[in-house]
Formats: sequence, structure tokens, C-alpha cells
Amino acid sequence: MSKRIDVNNLNVYYGDFLAVEDVSLSIEPRSVTAFIGPSGCGKSTFLRTINRMHEVIPGARVEGEVLMDGVDLYAPGIDPVAVRRHVGMVFQRANPFPTMSIAENVLAGYRLGNKRVSKVDAEELVESSLRGANLWEEVKDRLDKPGSSLSGGQQQRLCIARAIAIRPDVLLMDEPCSALDPISTLAIEDLMQELKEDYTIVIVTHNMQQAARVADRTAFFNIAGTGKPGKLIEMNDTRVMFSSPHEKATEDYISGRFG
Amino acid sequence: MAVTDSTTLGQLSASRRLKNASATVMVTAAFGLALVPLVWLGWTVISKGIDRFFVDSNGEHNFNLDFLQQSMRGVVGGVPTGGALHAIWGTVLITLTTALISVPIGVLAAIYLVEYGRGHVKRAVTFFVDVMTGIPSIVAGLFAYALAAVIMGPGTKTGFVGAIALSVLMIPVVVRASEEMLRLVPNELREASYALGVPKWLTVIKVVLRTAVAGLATAVTLAIARVIGETAPLLIAVGFADSMNLNIFDGRMMTLPVYIVSEWRKGEAVCNDPSVPCIPEITEYRAWAAALVLILIVMALNLVARLISRLFAPKTGR
Repeated sequence: MSKRIDVNNLNVYYGDFLAVEDVSLSIEPRSVTAFIGPSGCGKSTFLRTINRMHEVIPGARVEGEVLMDGVDLYAPGIDPVAVRRHVGMVFQRANPFPTMSIAENVLAGYRLGNKRVSKVDAEELVESSLRGANLWEEVKDRLDKPGSSLSGGQQQRLCIARAIAIRPDVLLMDEPCSALDPISTLAIEDLMQELKEDYTIVIVTHNMQQAARVADRTAFFNIAGTGKPGKLIEMNDTRVMFSSPHEKATEDYISGRFG
Repeated sequence: MAVTDSTTLGQLSASRRLKNASATVMVTAAFGLALVPLVWLGWTVISKGIDRFFVDSNGEHNFNLDFLQQSMRGVVGGVPTGGALHAIWGTVLITLTTALISVPIGVLAAIYLVEYGRGHVKRAVTFFVDVMTGIPSIVAGLFAYALAAVIMGPGTKTGFVGAIALSVLMIPVVVRASEEMLRLVPNELREASYALGVPKWLTVIKVVLRTAVAGLATAVTLAIARVIGETAPLLIAVGFADSMNLNIFDGRMMTLPVYIVSEWRKGEAVCNDPSVPCIPEITEYRAWAAALVLILIVMALNLVARLISRLFAPKTGR
């Protein structure tokens, strides 16, 4: 289920504007990789290119390769919709579908895509996904209540359950805890440690301590100034990044001299 | 402005209390004033419209529903019979046909403008919809009449031609209102759907439309209410009729607004023969009764829209 991602010389453009310049990195399967960096440095933009979500914005395009276990996601014949079924995404603000119940939300990846799931399989899938997201015990008695009747942290875990229900190979998380309180954040960070057994996880975070807690490897992005493209400055094992980074910019960011 | 009053922390000063009170009075008075025409109109329509329901076929004062059960076939002079059943059916059938034409076109155009449209084509469509909202209703009637003359032969007046005229008026209203409702669907829901690997067209149908359906129902109802009372285009495109006609593709039909015009223009009836029941004001009674029925139909539509809204609205259920 879990695959490795290799990015080679990726440039991300919005129209003619170069947003992210020449990124090359590798993401190991069954691990958590964190992207850190100051606001506007392109880490979310770059994250979205991994599942081709940037393409919903008109004029957004990339040059370069993103390989998932050797398969280039940007090859001419590849359907972006198919890519997104292999690379799932969880967003900063939990966005459960308000017209659907909790169970229907979990199955949304199938129902919305017109994929048949037998009733027995559906129940099993709902339970396993909610267990996988550490939400089953809290909601098992009210699966038909609307998705928006949960608290913020629960909604985010519901979105994670929804994302893993389609059994993606990679799970991308764009600042998943920034809208949550510390207890919910802890719950989701613990969840990431469990999920990495089965999925490749990439998270974008503003919170360096979070990266230090959850990530196996960390990549630091930076931007030279407004209007300039974001770049990957350094990527290494988290322990190395935070104790003895190679680049000065990395050290400045981590020690809080800017950010 | 007094800074010298010795109010303790938390108490409103006298000047603020005065401003508060005068603002409350003004706002309430404005609301009352705005309600006056509505209440007056409602009272007038009800009190005058009810008259026809209290005149039976012998000219006596008895409650009856003849008005809702009879057409104007064979009714002449001041005979206290005759109703608007044919007009009610005409209005219902023509409005239904109009909705069947306008709602798909309007909603699909709104979907194009919100989800897919870009650049010159989108600007052109928006411009033309704006122009259409300003078309005078009688021009729409003339257009439909001319179109029917070209396609089906001169002088064709049928319920369907009336539906075409009303569609020209209804489509831009549906497009505008639906566009607003679709824009209200938060973008994060679309993103959530895309991230699950759902193609765009399925996202539009199953997420965007499904979330906006309550608002769309209201938009459609308001658009119907706007066209249901249009008189001028129906006068030209559909004309008058006295008998029941349930075929919108053949022959003239009566509609409620045109019925009101027709009865009103008859003026007071002349009652010469004392042996036959005859009421001079019967034409006026019928006109007001038709107005009452029309308003009740619009109210019923509004209630239906609210029910649909309630049924399909995203639930919070905390």
C-alpha cells in the first residue's frame, strides 16, 4: 500500500509566475516526512503537486517529474483524477460534507465516484477506517448523524478516515492540526505514528516542534523575498536537521531568528 | 456631548440611552410603514375576493365553491355563475411548462458560469443574461408570438407559446439566483471531493448541487412567483378563452392574470329581466376572486419552497 515518492527538478508555475523552483527530493515509504518553512515559501504549493491538486487552479502547471514507485505522475497519458485516488489529502480546515452522515462521509470516496460497494463491505470499511483514524469508539453509536455535528478534532479525524477509506498509497496532510486545540493535535500526531505503518505520510507544518515530534525526515523550504520562487534548502533526518543543520538559513529558521 | 456625567463603569449615559430609544422607534416605525401596503393589499384582496364565494347560482347569499369548479363557458351578462377553473388550469399548466423549460436551461447556465466558465465566453454569457433580465414583459410576448408565427403559422396562440414568452422572462432570474446559490457552496468542499479522486462533473452533481439544492429550490420558486402574474405577454401570446382547455399545444387557454383583465373590462353587467337571477357586480367579484386565488397559489409555492429547503438543507444536528 505504501509507496516511495521521488521528485526530480520540479518547477511549479502559476501562469508565468514561478512559485517553486527546482526541487528534488525523495520520500521514503512507511515514514513521516515533514515540510517546514516560513509563510509563503511554497511548501503547500509543492505538497499539492504530489497529488496534482494544484491543477484545479486555472493556469497552474509544473515542469519536472514526480515519480511514485517509478511511475511518473505527470506522464502524458496519466489522468489526474486517478492520481488522486492513490495519493490522498487532508486539509488544514476539516471539511466533512455537510449533507452526509458520518458513515456516508467515510464512504464518500466510493459513493461520489460512483463505485459500487456492497452493504457488508461498506459497513466493514466504515468501521476499519474509523478505527484507523481513532474515531470509532467515539462515533460508533451515531454513524447516521450529520458529519458536521462533531467537534473540530473529531471532524479532522473523520476527514482522515475518509481519506484512508479509499486505501491510498500516500497520504498528504496540509497543516492538519493548525486549527485544532493541543489535545486534538496530540491525538492526530499519535495517529500519524500508527498510520505510517501502512501509508507514506507527508505533512506540511508551521510548527517546528510538531515536525520534531512526528517526522522521520524533514525538508526545509525558504523564500528569498516576496515575488521570488520558493526553494528547497535542506532535507535530512529530523534529528540531524534540528541538532546540526548544514545550511545557515536552516539553522536561523530553527532557532527562531526568522519565520 | 456631556463628559461630565458621573456614570459608573457599565451604565449607559443619558445621551446614549436617548439615541438607542430613538433608533429603536425609527426602525420599528419604518418596519410598520413598510408593512402597511402589504397588510392593506392583503386585506383588500381577501375582503373583496371572498364576495364571489358567497354568491350562489340563484343570486343568494350562500357560501359555495362554484368559482373553483366552473369555467366561463356559456356565461353571459350578470348571471351569477361562472368561475375560473379554466384559468387556474391554464396558469398551472403554462407555468409548469415554463418551469420545465427554464429551470434546466437556467441551472445549467449557472453551473457553467460558476464551475467551468472562463474568459470571453463567460463574460459574454454574463452580459447577455444581464440584458435579458431587463427585457420588458410585453416584448417577450411579442417575441414568442412572432416565433410561433414563423414556425407554426401566423396567428398561433397556444399555451405553449405563452410558456415560451414566460421562459424568456424566467431564465435570467433562474440563472442569476442559481449562480448566487452555487457560489455560496464553500470551495473546500469541492477540494475535498477532488482530493478523493472524484472527477469534476461528479463533484458538481453530487457535492455542489446537492449542497446548494435548498437554495436552488428557493431561487426557482422566486422565479416562478415572478412570472406567474405576468399579464402582457400572455395577452399577446395566449389570448382569451372561456372554456376548459388542457392541451397546451392546441388552442387558446385562459390564465388567471388575463382572466382578471377580461372580467374587469366587461364592466358592470346590465340586469333587465327580474325573473332571472342577475348581479351587476358579478364581473368585479370574479376579478377579485381570481386575484385572491392567484395570491394563494403564490403563497402555496413559497411554502413548498420552504419545505424543500428544510428537507434538503445541510443539517447540523449538534
